[in-house]
Amino acid sequence: MINLAERRAASGPVIQMAGVNKWYGEFHVLKNINLEVRSGERVVVCGPSGSGKSTMIRCINRLEEHQKGRIVVDGIELIADLKQIDAVRREIGMVFQHFNLFPHMTVLENLTLAPMWVRNTPRKEAEDAAMAYLERVKIPEQAHKFPGQLSGGQQQRVAIARSLCMKPKIMLFDEPTSALDPEMIKEVLDVMIELAQGGMTMICVTHEMGFARTVADSMVFMDGGEIVEKAPPTEFFKNPKSERTKLFLSQILH
Amino acid sequence: MAPVSSVVAGSAPRPPADSIGVLGWLRTRLFSSVLNSILTILCIGLLVWIVPPLIDWMILDAVWSAAPPEVCRAAEGACWALLHEKARLILFGRYPYVEQWRPLLAMTVLIVAIALSCNRNFWRPWLAGVWAGTLALFGLLMWGGVLGMTYVENTLWGGLPLTMILSVFGMVGSFPLAVALALGRRSRMPIIHALSVGYIELIRGVPLISVLFMASFMFPLFLPSGVKVDELLRAQVAIILFTAAYLAEVIRGGLQSIPRGQDESAKSLGLNYWQTTTMIVLPQALRAVIPPIVNTFISLFKDTSLVAIVSLFDLLGSLRLALADPLWRNYFIEGYVFVALIYFFFCFFMSKYSQYLESQLQTGHRP
Amino acid sequence: MAEPTPSLAPARPPTGPRVWNNPRARAIIYQVLVLGGVIGAAAYLIDNTLTNLAERSIRSGFSFIWHEAGFAISEALIDYQPNHSYVRAFIAGLLNTLKVGLLGIVLVTILGIIIGIARLSTNWLVARLASVYVETFRNVPLLLQLYLWYSLLTEMLPGGRDALSLFTAFYLNKSGLMYPVPVYDGIHPFMIVAFLIGCVGAYAWGRYATRRHEATGVPTPRFWPSVGFVLGLPLVVWLIGGAPTAIDVPQMERFRFVGGWHVSIEFIALLLGLVVYTGAFVAETVRAGILSVSRGQTEAALSLGLRRGLVLRLVLLPQALRVIMPPLTSQYLNLMKNSSLAVAIGYPDLVAVANTTLNQTGQAIEAIAVIMAVYLTISLAISGFMNWYNKRVALVER
Repeated sequence: MINLAERRAASGPVIQMAGVNKWYGEFHVLKNINLEVRSGERVVVCGPSGSGKSTMIRCINRLEEHQKGRIVVDGIELIADLKQIDAVRREIGMVFQHFNLFPHMTVLENLTLAPMWVRNTPRKEAEDAAMAYLERVKIPEQAHKFPGQLSGGQQQRVAIARSLCMKPKIMLFDEPTSALDPEMIKEVLDVMIELAQGGMTMICVTHEMGFARTVADSMVFMDGGEIVEKAPPTEFFKNPKSERTKLFLSQILH
Repeated sequence: MAPVSSVVAGSAPRPPADSIGVLGWLRTRLFSSVLNSILTILCIGLLVWIVPPLIDWMILDAVWSAAPPEVCRAAEGACWALLHEKARLILFGRYPYVEQWRPLLAMTVLIVAIALSCNRNFWRPWLAGVWAGTLALFGLLMWGGVLGMTYVENTLWGGLPLTMILSVFGMVGSFPLAVALALGRRSRMPIIHALSVGYIELIRGVPLISVLFMASFMFPLFLPSGVKVDELLRAQVAIILFTAAYLAEVIRGGLQSIPRGQDESAKSLGLNYWQTTTMIVLPQALRAVIPPIVNTFISLFKDTSLVAIVSLFDLLGSLRLALADPLWRNYFIEGYVFVALIYFFFCFFMSKYSQYLESQLQTGHRP
Repeated sequence: MAEPTPSLAPARPPTGPRVWNNPRARAIIYQVLVLGGVIGAAAYLIDNTLTNLAERSIRSGFSFIWHEAGFAISEALIDYQPNHSYVRAFIAGLLNTLKVGLLGIVLVTILGIIIGIARLSTNWLVARLASVYVETFRNVPLLLQLYLWYSLLTEMLPGGRDALSLFTAFYLNKSGLMYPVPVYDGIHPFMIVAFLIGCVGAYAWGRYATRRHEATGVPTPRFWPSVGFVLGLPLVVWLIGGAPTAIDVPQMERFRFVGGWHVSIEFIALLLGLVVYTGAFVAETVRAGILSVSRGQTEAALSLGLRRGLVLRLVLLPQALRVIMPPLTSQYLNLMKNSSLAVAIGYPDLVAVANTTLNQTGQAIEAIAVIMAVYLTISLAISGFMNWYNKRVALVER
């Protein structure tokens, strides 16, 4: 029913979720999630709060453990195996709502930490790469400051650069702009758009519909722990199939 | 002559005279209401009652010079002659008299190291090296036996150096155990969690004196027959085991203050548990709880006085030794005041330092 | 959704030894290792201990507690003689511990609240004096203070018949404080019962006042009626019982005092030391608790038109208490544990009794186990009670 083949038909799925279920105690947070993301695909996930969006993407790098179903990332299945989990996490970068920079390290140390300790990159090399990414997010001059000295928008751009330093194949964004003051949202979205145009596989949980229209290949709408609808943005915004989607869009787009 | 009135008219309106200056201060801070006025008068009465006699006793009527006890008996005031006679016994215990420059030097080295550690700019890895060197030098000076210094066995150690050894080694020694216990208590592994909780709550539930008794009477039973451990080491181990439980709770407080996002973002970058703990969580957690750690150290410093009960001659124990002299025992107040002042000096300084750090860490630009 | 589950592309098989990489298996392995280490260490120590005990021919076990103790205890709340058993000696010691601890907790609460509030006084002199008190007493070791109090009392107080007297009813000398008590009368037990009923009555009145306030909107007084219940009821019973006023006043006889009750100088020194020392910490706790309630709370409550007293009762106290209770509990526990320093000045508390027992019998493990078990029980009881109380307070607030 959904035709994804119009773009990059040749590339295979890099993330596959099949029949994924998760409960918090009695509460069923994820109900039979089936989702495939192809290499280079940009997916925007939206839905009301508490619909399971964050939980779903946090399952993809095993910050949350799913209890039923299967998740395969880049050919590696997520099972109770530390090697596998480490391998998956090396492939996936994640950006959080509250940045989660390490406040006791400078920006540069934040960026070089994982390459040096996980990828065993020599310091010089790691720092050069880090500076290059800081240039890309347009704040190389902040390299020696501490996170607490930066604005929210700058911190979030550092967080993106920090993830990129691990050269991930996939980037997850968990509401990257919702903790930001309005005037800082654009600078973060610009970086994300540039990243998308560079061909990165991305899954973004966000309510920035302008961003979704610009970059998304497909829109996923979640409600009550289920994927209600998945469609290309044009179709999604013009004639949503489900009543729930219509209601949500009418609330969010005014 | 310019009319005064014009100057007055030209100046800004002034607040009422009784709300500013000395008068205003007296009014608002001492006599703001009937009740406050009464309290102020009562306090002044109390001070007048206590302070002048105290000054007479401590200073004006006191015997300041070295003098035999008979002179003190004739005098009205304090007998500071006691200190001329006994200060070195109180400060250094039974350490050989001619060698007492060594504990003095050792203490000075230790105090310098502590003073260095108080400066936040020196919180660098090399500080650990400085401490290792300091403690080694301390032991070298106290024990001797090399470089022409005679060997002094540690049963002869006493006074302030002993108090400092017990508290500094107590802190340093309990730290690794405390970190392990704090991590264990936060662990999701049930057995490790239960063991940590059990240890912490057991130790925190019993008085230090019972742990010291245990060290004194039970450690010899625990060890294979033939292995002898001297009283000092036993007390030191007891203090370490005791302090670790309290320190663990302080550190746990720090671990709890670290938002979960820190752990998650470290994991999502691919760091494993030990990397996350040692590079992300612990550095932040420990930094956050330095003020309460200093407070733990203050408690520890005071608590070491309990070793006097298990017959070690720390500062308080040496004082009791000095006061056992029948010639001087009547001047116990002077002795206690002297030792109390030493404790007060250290504890007061450290608690002010901890408050200063707290304000620095809260508002500091460097996280 | 009706969509069929898509089939997954074959995943690469996991590499390396599977078991070690499974987080759950790894957790189990760690725990087994730690537990094994702990058990191994314990077994080693126990084995050494048994060997050593055998060598010194000490019989381990608690059977000794039924033997005759043979030492005297200078003051006890129960009848205890040297020919009584060790277990009775322990109980006498425990009761002495509880006596000094519970009285200390009551006094330290009063002192701490007064000093804590004084530190926040707008009166500069009062605040200064309070902070001098706090800084002086909390920065000097308790043991030193205890020694000093004890020496001061025993050296400075007059001995025997030269006792200081107050209203010729209270006498204080080197050996302790003599004070008058009412002569036992048949009505006293009924007064205690009346007091307990009064407490229940006051509680019931509080519930009733709340309900009436809620139902009718008329605020119903609580404080004075409660006082009436708690104090008035025993008073009424006392009057019914013929208002017996006989009081047993200590009398000076030729060599010693007779009549009244007596507490030893050791008890007074210990209580004084504990209260003065812990009071400094309680004062800081109280001060921090009051400061933790922001000024805005008072301003908001006043601007709603609440009177000062109500602002304190309904807005400030509930918030401050929530902050104060946990550290206050740990101060109570500290006081209880510090009462063990009694051994240093010869007040026969549990630790002193256990210490004597230990020296007499050589049963170190058992004596220390008794000390630890008792203190652990007291600590757990107090903290359990306080946790229950805190939960209640927290629930009431929400």
